[in-house]
Amino acid sequence: MLNVHDLCKSYGGARSRDVLRGVSLDVARGEYVAIVGESGVGKSTLLNLIAGLDTPDRGTIVLDGVELTALDDTARTLLRRSRMGFVFQAVHLLPHLTAAQNVALPLALNGTTPVAGARRVNEMLLAVGLAQAANAYPRELSGGEMQRIAIARALVHRPPLLLADEPTGNLDADSAAQVMRLMREQVKREGGAGILVTHSAAAAAGADRVLTLTADGLRPQAAQTNSDFRFA
Amino acid sequence: MAISQRFLLFNALVAGPLREHPGRAALAIVAIALGVALGVAVHLVNAGAAGEFELAARRLAGEADLVVRGPRAGFDESLYPRIMRLPQVEAANPAVEAEVPLAGRDASLKIIGFDPLRAARVQPGLLPERTGLMSGLFDADAVLLSPAAAGWLGVGPGGRLDLQVGTGTVTVKVIGLLPEGAYRQRVGVMDIAAAQWRLARLGRLNRVDLRLKPGTDVEAFRRELQATLPPGVYAVTPETEAQRGASLSRAYRLNLDMLALIALFTGAFLVFSSQVLALLRRRTQFALLRVMGVTRGRLAVLLITEGAVIGVLGAALGVIAGYALAVYAVSLVGADLGAGYFRGVETSLRVDPQAFAVFFTLGVLFAALGAAAPAWEAAHRAPGRALHARDEEEGLGRLRTAWWGVAAVAAGMAVALLPAINGLPIAGYLAIALILLGVVLLMPRLAAFFLDRVPLPAPVPAAVAVAQLKATPRQTAIGAAAIVISFSLMVSMLIMVSSFRASLDTWLERMLPADLYLRTARTGETGFLTPEVQARIAATPGVARVEFLRSQNLLLQPDRPPVILLARPIEAAAADSRLPLDAPPLVPRPDEPPPVWISEVAGDLYGWRRGDRVRLPIGAAPRLYTVAGVWRDYARQSGAIVINRELYIKLTADRLANDAALWLVPGIGTTDAARALRDRTGADQNIEIATTREIRAASLRIFDRTFAVTYALEFAAVLIGLLGIGVSFSAQALARRREFGVLRHIGMSRREIGSMLGCGGALTAGLGVISGLVTGWGVSLILIHVVNRQSFRWSMELTMPWLPLAGLAALIIAAAAATAAWSGRAAMRDDVIRAVREDW
Repeated sequence: MLNVHDLCKSYGGARSRDVLRGVSLDVARGEYVAIVGESGVGKSTLLNLIAGLDTPDRGTIVLDGVELTALDDTARTLLRRSRMGFVFQAVHLLPHLTAAQNVALPLALNGTTPVAGARRVNEMLLAVGLAQAANAYPRELSGGEMQRIAIARALVHRPPLLLADEPTGNLDADSAAQVMRLMREQVKREGGAGILVTHSAAAAAGADRVLTLTADGLRPQAAQTNSDFRFA
Repeated sequence: MAISQRFLLFNALVAGPLREHPGRAALAIVAIALGVALGVAVHLVNAGAAGEFELAARRLAGEADLVVRGPRAGFDESLYPRIMRLPQVEAANPAVEAEVPLAGRDASLKIIGFDPLRAARVQPGLLPERTGLMSGLFDADAVLLSPAAAGWLGVGPGGRLDLQVGTGTVTVKVIGLLPEGAYRQRVGVMDIAAAQWRLARLGRLNRVDLRLKPGTDVEAFRRELQATLPPGVYAVTPETEAQRGASLSRAYRLNLDMLALIALFTGAFLVFSSQVLALLRRRTQFALLRVMGVTRGRLAVLLITEGAVIGVLGAALGVIAGYALAVYAVSLVGADLGAGYFRGVETSLRVDPQAFAVFFTLGVLFAALGAAAPAWEAAHRAPGRALHARDEEEGLGRLRTAWWGVAAVAAGMAVALLPAINGLPIAGYLAIALILLGVVLLMPRLAAFFLDRVPLPAPVPAAVAVAQLKATPRQTAIGAAAIVISFSLMVSMLIMVSSFRASLDTWLERMLPADLYLRTARTGETGFLTPEVQARIAATPGVARVEFLRSQNLLLQPDRPPVILLARPIEAAAADSRLPLDAPPLVPRPDEPPPVWISEVAGDLYGWRRGDRVRLPIGAAPRLYTVAGVWRDYARQSGAIVINRELYIKLTADRLANDAALWLVPGIGTTDAARALRDRTGADQNIEIATTREIRAASLRIFDRTFAVTYALEFAAVLIGLLGIGVSFSAQALARRREFGVLRHIGMSRREIGSMLGCGGALTAGLGVISGLVTGWGVSLILIHVVNRQSFRWSMELTMPWLPLAGLAALIIAAAAATAAWSGRAAMRDDVIRAVREDW
């Protein structure tokens, strides 16, 4: 479903730095992949390139037969709107929208009718266990609750690809486990694919496949460990 | 260590933010600079012109201790020897004074007739030392010009000057110039006897300058002398004489100063709104510094310093720009700024360090005050909450209460009812300031009320924008308040000027009922129609009816400009058909004093009402008159009194006239009639004939020119308001960069984010415009019924200029939407994706 081939990206300026060099990755439908690696190795950059938020210096990204690197910003935006969902470490719910309005936003952007949208939002809030918080504002929710709302927002429009950038970085162990389980379940249920970028070996443990990003590219992780890359 | 710590904090809290967002700082600096520049420019021009006015009067008085002053028609010259013989008088110099129209030019020159030998004792600095010129002045055709007059007229020694007297021309010879620096204004000096003869003032004097013997109690003598003077003639000190002329323009000058201060106030408010939003964005930084041990007081002082730095830079720029603007304005429209008060006054602008210091301090003070409230709030926020919570809206919690706003508006309305203070509308301006402050304080409540009623629209960008505004009514209110201030001022000025213009137009229609008007000169005092010329005019073929009007003046109080006396045919029972009276005319019984009709201005100035009996110095002896009506007059700011011309002639034997209103025989064209009148009078270049339409058009042109400066200042206030919108939106856009990043991740395009911001901007501006419209209407009522009435004593009907108001509202909303969208684009120009990772 997602084919990333020979991706290179460097950031310019006086102190030009290669962030990604020859990174390749294939993700199949229904697959849940975790990417781990040291800080500054380019995990988030890779995620941004896959999301079409940034453009690579070299290489291709193909999602369901559409080559992202050949699209302009508007086309990439429309593709991201309909075919991707995002979960962030810092949650980033829109503070002035209620939980239900935050979840409804991708549906509204994709032109779903208000009635169908409301039904689907309710379904997702039930799925993440926060139907009772539909009218709450983000400031009224706990960190774990906010992240569950963010997951509902990322998956409400049934995107084929879920991208998650350190989604449990700000959560305690119990909330983190709950969020990881929920994300995996939802991806599997909706038949999409998921890419999780994380420092945490515990978070990566639930993935179908764990890849390590290094300066030389992506490598399958030989063995699961309990080490936490955050302190590497 | 202390220095280093101070430097670090200054860098973190003052210099750093200014460096980080130079555009925002630059806009705030420009706003303060604009306000200070306008203040400096208006003050310099006004002070320069008024100062020259007073200086000219003092120079004329020379070393005199007292001036005996009569009206334009003067007083009998037999008074002079009587005064001269008084034991306290050491020297006396009689004079004839008149603004004399220049034949063939639409201008006049002040001519003063002195006795050169006596003048040398009282005004030694005025006349030339060269004896040749002094003796030459005894020639009946000789005139000395001040260097300013010679330069203006383009005539030097040996040249000739054509003066208009009656409908004829008198030619005088320029025999020399007054000493350089003796008199800076335009003036011509003649021998007194020559002036009386050539200017048709035989046997009359306008003033006598007195030098008293050493040891004389000037005030006691003044009172003693006053008791012996005929009615309408006053003994005054040179100071009173100097201030009288400038007093007419005092209210006008105050109004211009106030408009300039309003521009500065708008600039200060801009600093306030931009600081509020910028400090909200940085609240976690302040919380961190508080956690690290920076005291509340220290934090507040540093944040106020940030506003003061903006003030120092803006005020310095403003002082320089203000001086340049003053020089440019004087060269462009003259010292009177187009209003006509100082027409012909030569002004040289001087660098005035005291005024510069005052406006510089005001600029810094206003900017620091603008920063004080948000700085205080930021310093007093609990650091724990500010560090962790998303509490921008809570940070504005103090704005939740509406009582201060209601109290300020109520106080403003109460203050508006107070009378003028020292003849100036101080209370009116204070009322406007209080009402504006009150509305700004009420804006959070108004914003919440208004936004609660706005439904979420279907398009997603608009829906997100509306939801954001609904959730942040207090932040929305701060953005809208900048618009409320500038738009309400713009609306109020527009309503006031439109009302004035419409009322003036109606008044002109009422006051100009004839087909054609003839007058001897547009300016000056020596043009008149003799009875013979009047008879010729009346007998001109094609003229069905003619009415002649004589204009004189009466000095009723020595410290006030004279009241204009208009003698014209008018009957008491039908006075309302000739004058725009405010009530049905009174018809005095035969045993009551004869009627006069006073203008609103005269009524206000002297406290007269309809039905009062007033003593007026018309003719040889003062007598009582009945105020038979009060009429609206926009032409004479020092007041006017209408009297029946027959009665006037009986009292004064003055059969001259200045103007004629002519009704033509049906079928006779105005052009033919004008030609015939010129032929009959034989004074082609010394009379002016105009149709009603031409006079109306010319009057409205003068009106527009008078208000040109007002428009310019109003435009500046609007410009500052628009800058405020820009600053406010760019601050908000910067604060919302992370949100834009999230929306971009979710799949919102840049265009959609732009339209979301545009929609938010338009809605915020819409709120500001609606509030500004209502506030502006209220302020316009104060301008019309309080400020204008107390400044110029003119009443007018309220006229709402709906079309221009709608156009302006649309312009402001469009400008706000465009500015908001642009601010968003500027905020998204940097790595908006990275913004989602920013903690701050």
